[in-house]
Amino acid sequence: MNALKKLDKNKLILAVAAPVLAIVAALVVTSIIIVATGKDPIHAYQVMVDFGSKADSQVWIINKATPYYLSALAVAIGFRMNLFNIGVDGQYRIAAFFAAVVGGALTLPGIIQIPVIIIVAMIVGAIWAGIAGLLKTTRGVSEVISTIMLNAIGAAVIAYFLQDGRLAEKEGNLIHTPYLPDSAHFFEIATATKPIYGFVLIAALAGLVYWFVLNRSRFGFDLRTVGQSESAAQASGVNVKRMVVTSMLLSGAMAGLVGMPTLLGVSYNYGTDFPAGIGFTGIAIALLGRNHPIGMALGALFWSFLDRTGTQLEFEGYAQEMVGVIQGVIVLCVVIAYEIVRRYGLKAQQRKVGEELAAQARKSDKAEVSA
Amino acid sequence: MRRVSTITVAGVATAALAFTLTACGESSTSSGGDKGVGLAFDVGGRDDHSFNESAARGVDKAKAELGMKAKLLTAKNGETEAEREQRLSSLADAGHNPVIGVGFNYSKSIEKVAKEYPKVTFGVVDSVAPGKNVVSMTFGEHEGSYLAGVAAALKSKTHKVAFIGGVNNALIQKFQAGFEQGAKAADPKVEVRSDYLSNSDKGFNDPAAAKEKAKGMLDSDFDVIYTAAGLSGNGSIEAIAAKKGAWAIGVDSDQYQQPGLAKYKDSILTSVVKNVDVAVFDLIKSVKDGKPLTGQRQYLLKDGGVSLSTSGGHIDDIKAQIEEAKKKIVDGQVKVKTAP
Repeated sequence: MNALKKLDKNKLILAVAAPVLAIVAALVVTSIIIVATGKDPIHAYQVMVDFGSKADSQVWIINKATPYYLSALAVAIGFRMNLFNIGVDGQYRIAAFFAAVVGGALTLPGIIQIPVIIIVAMIVGAIWAGIAGLLKTTRGVSEVISTIMLNAIGAAVIAYFLQDGRLAEKEGNLIHTPYLPDSAHFFEIATATKPIYGFVLIAALAGLVYWFVLNRSRFGFDLRTVGQSESAAQASGVNVKRMVVTSMLLSGAMAGLVGMPTLLGVSYNYGTDFPAGIGFTGIAIALLGRNHPIGMALGALFWSFLDRTGTQLEFEGYAQEMVGVIQGVIVLCVVIAYEIVRRYGLKAQQRKVGEELAAQARKSDKAEVSA
Repeated sequence: MRRVSTITVAGVATAALAFTLTACGESSTSSGGDKGVGLAFDVGGRDDHSFNESAARGVDKAKAELGMKAKLLTAKNGETEAEREQRLSSLADAGHNPVIGVGFNYSKSIEKVAKEYPKVTFGVVDSVAPGKNVVSMTFGEHEGSYLAGVAAALKSKTHKVAFIGGVNNALIQKFQAGFEQGAKAADPKVEVRSDYLSNSDKGFNDPAAAKEKAKGMLDSDFDVIYTAAGLSGNGSIEAIAAKKGAWAIGVDSDQYQQPGLAKYKDSILTSVVKNVDVAVFDLIKSVKDGKPLTGQRQYLLKDGGVSLSTSGGHIDDIKAQIEEAKKKIVDGQVKVKTAP
């Protein structure tokens, strides 16, 4: 009993050690790089902390983190069962595009219009990801290949339809789908400075659902089992093929939400200037947050903090690429730190079990001698 | 070890908490002041030897002639509105006036930020944005490109000329439309091929893709290639210079004169120069003089807003035909299309 408690405590320390190790290592590496560019790293961190903590920066950070978080959730669903869905980028873009087209063509009361747009996005995202799932189960195509190919195909499909006279219209030099009617504007949360997107609540809800389904449901158990050992899951009666398709569908549906904060809260259309690349940021954030709903939320906020303060760094005369370097270094450090800590923990555990076994053996030896 | 990590966690948590508490309610909006020009580049940045650099020359001139100070920032690939707004408002916040966005991507963000800083003059290049304190600077790219088409068709030995666009959008289609019309006008039998690199901003910042595209065209015997793709154009010029007898047509800046492209200058036939520098300088000067410009300002062929460069003398032999074509456009005899 006592040993069990101690083990848990050790586990906790190990869990904390990894992120601390990662942050320290990342700070050291980036400081070296900043010094190498002939600048003062301490001043850079000061600028980042000062600027990032301002009230309007905080609003900006939360707004930017919302799509990042949804994207990380979409990636994490795949990760939890060893599926590498790198197609979130294509999935959310094609989903947002068709949702924008449908939304722009309809004029319904907001209470119907908004859910219709969101549901269309989720369905399109699910279909796009589902193609990769089906290819994997029926033809054995690796989802890594098919999802990344589908990104390119998705971009081409959007490019085809996103033209004046097809599904889009021209406004000056910008081309975009027709504007959504006012009824489709998502509510905002007013603050002292700028408003926060209401979609942040949907993102939080999505995080909750993610946690519940994966950790508290039969389906989530099956999914994690498949992730840990496909053959063991199969042997215990899990239909692995169906799980692959289902989780790709879920991942894609989640990806469908990624474009929604932008579509329903900022641009109200899908145009050539619609943000791209959030799907890849999601991969980094899922790694950073260890697929944990709260970890990923912190990761998304942190990433967004770096985005916000990076522009300010350029303003202060630092190289613009510095923040990209910091982001890359942090992801690498996190992955490496967790691996080091995991191995250390494994070794400690083995040593402990070995000692216990040895002690037991000694005891029984003694017992035999005395008998 | 154990104690140390507990202490670390406690320390980090406290620091984080303290930092959020002190920060509450404070806004990043700070005091103003006269900091001179604030200019935000499109992707590719100052040294793209093309579009952005042309704007930068306007700022350099203002520095030299008007003694203005300036701050120049650059956009990243795949940016969102939020980042563009932040860039513009931090410039306005720091006391820069005028604040100029180079590239049509800034049109929405300029419109929004300009409302928040009514005392600052904003400028946007290549787009029309509403607002009392906004100056919209647009150019006659199609007209300049028409002349490039004429030059290309007259210089081609294979009667095959090509166009590479950076991003397939309404602005770059103006270049394409003008080029195609000009080439056909000069040589009705000429074959024109037009291709784009991308549908996202990355197309302006991807020299490798432009190089591949140009190679493919050269292999199909297209011997004069006009590239309108910002920084990416450097890639196609490099590929064209590697093939004897092929000509590149540059864009936005006089690329023959670009030190960064000096190696390839003997293959640069001419450039469609877009005088962004003139527009930018006009705007800065007006603010400096206390009489800021407003509204839409067009820089067409007749205003000298666009022109065909002659440095290198590679088009001296067809000067007469080009002058004639130019005259027809200026007189209104030829109307150049703005979309293909």
